[in-house]
Amino acid sequence: MSFLTAFVRSLPSIWDGIQITVLATLLGALLALVLSFVLGLAARSRHLLVRGLARAVVEFFRGTSLYVQLFWLFFALPILGFKLVPLACAVLAFGLNYGAYGSEVVRGALAAVPRAQWEATVALNMTPWQRMRKVILPQAWPQMIPPFNNLLIQLLKSTPLLSLITVSDITFQMDQLRSATGDTKAAYLVLLVIYFVLAYALTLCMNGLEALGKARLGQGRA
Amino acid sequence: MWDWHTAREGLPLILHGFGITLLATALGSLVAIVLGLVIAVLGRAPTRWVRLPLRAVVEFVRSTPVMIQLFAVWVLAPGLDPLTIGIVVLGLHYAMYTSEVYRAGIDAVPRGQWEAAVALSLPPIRTWWGVVLPQAVRKVIPALGNYVISMFKETPFLSVITVNEMVHEANQFGSDNFAYMEAFTIAAAIFLIASYPTSMLMRKLEKRLAH
Repeated sequence: MSFLTAFVRSLPSIWDGIQITVLATLLGALLALVLSFVLGLAARSRHLLVRGLARAVVEFFRGTSLYVQLFWLFFALPILGFKLVPLACAVLAFGLNYGAYGSEVVRGALAAVPRAQWEATVALNMTPWQRMRKVILPQAWPQMIPPFNNLLIQLLKSTPLLSLITVSDITFQMDQLRSATGDTKAAYLVLLVIYFVLAYALTLCMNGLEALGKARLGQGRA
Repeated sequence: MWDWHTAREGLPLILHGFGITLLATALGSLVAIVLGLVIAVLGRAPTRWVRLPLRAVVEFVRSTPVMIQLFAVWVLAPGLDPLTIGIVVLGLHYAMYTSEVYRAGIDAVPRGQWEAAVALSLPPIRTWWGVVLPQAVRKVIPALGNYVISMFKETPFLSVITVNEMVHEANQFGSDNFAYMEAFTIAAAIFLIASYPTSMLMRKLEKRLAH
């Protein structure tokens, strides 16, 4: 059977694989985004304990390789009596690891908002929530997007790990096709191209978000 | 749940794997640091016949997973030693990142330096080697160091092509003795102990070189 016919025949399962990969990427990114803000804000806390705790969590998850974290959640956690479905392990590992990296992005972007803006919010008697919501975040947000995009692409590139913990992601599906046809070159080339297209699509979305955020500030093309 | 005896038994094996991990990181970084510089300099070639294809390759390799690149080269180049494949592919992948770092460093060299080199009619080799690169590279050393640390933490990918680096050994020990808890916790601890001080060092270096 030629590669092309086999490829067309297995399109439905390839599509399933793409959906799983995208799902894991988006859920992982969502968790990472939430953790980035929680840890990034905690790192600026007035209380030494909160700051120290945030620092420790960030350094721990940055320092101990995503690969090991994922395998720990998949192989070692069940020994403690918590068994997660494989996809949940992956989402958790992606979220924790990239959330730790993302918190540095949040911290940096908040620190880059001019001091006068912070002082003005205090002078106007805004509540801490109002300060963040109305003044600081709108200015910090567009600055966060390019580094967030880099992390998002890295997260996407980590998703072949799914296939190592029994999830039928796109890497698994293309590997099936490879062994069915024996055409290694074509199978891996297609797989790489699929990943390239996914990465490109994510970058376009993030560029759109950045333009939107900047337009809100009256910077750049509206 | 946690057995110290098992942990002590597994430690030598995992540490042996750590040696391979360090070797792969060192040689992989060497590839990335040298090749990245070559790509960055070629990226300023006067003809677009060099620039554009190079740009395309960098973008493609950068946005596709290193694990699949490793797999592909491993399957397509039978007979080659897996560790060698791992070092070359990992180095190549990271060269795409380091080339961007160098590019930023080269762009930050003031125009006057280039003009002075022209005014002194220095040959291109001396302009690059004697004037531009010493200024460009100095500033980007911490950024390069951070990529070395990232690469270090991605070496476990080499286990998919049967390289017996640390996580491969940990996995092996874990499954042989059903001691995943000990095996992966030790591996995580070693990663943390090795990478945390290094990233602190980079942060210090960054501050010092900033002035």
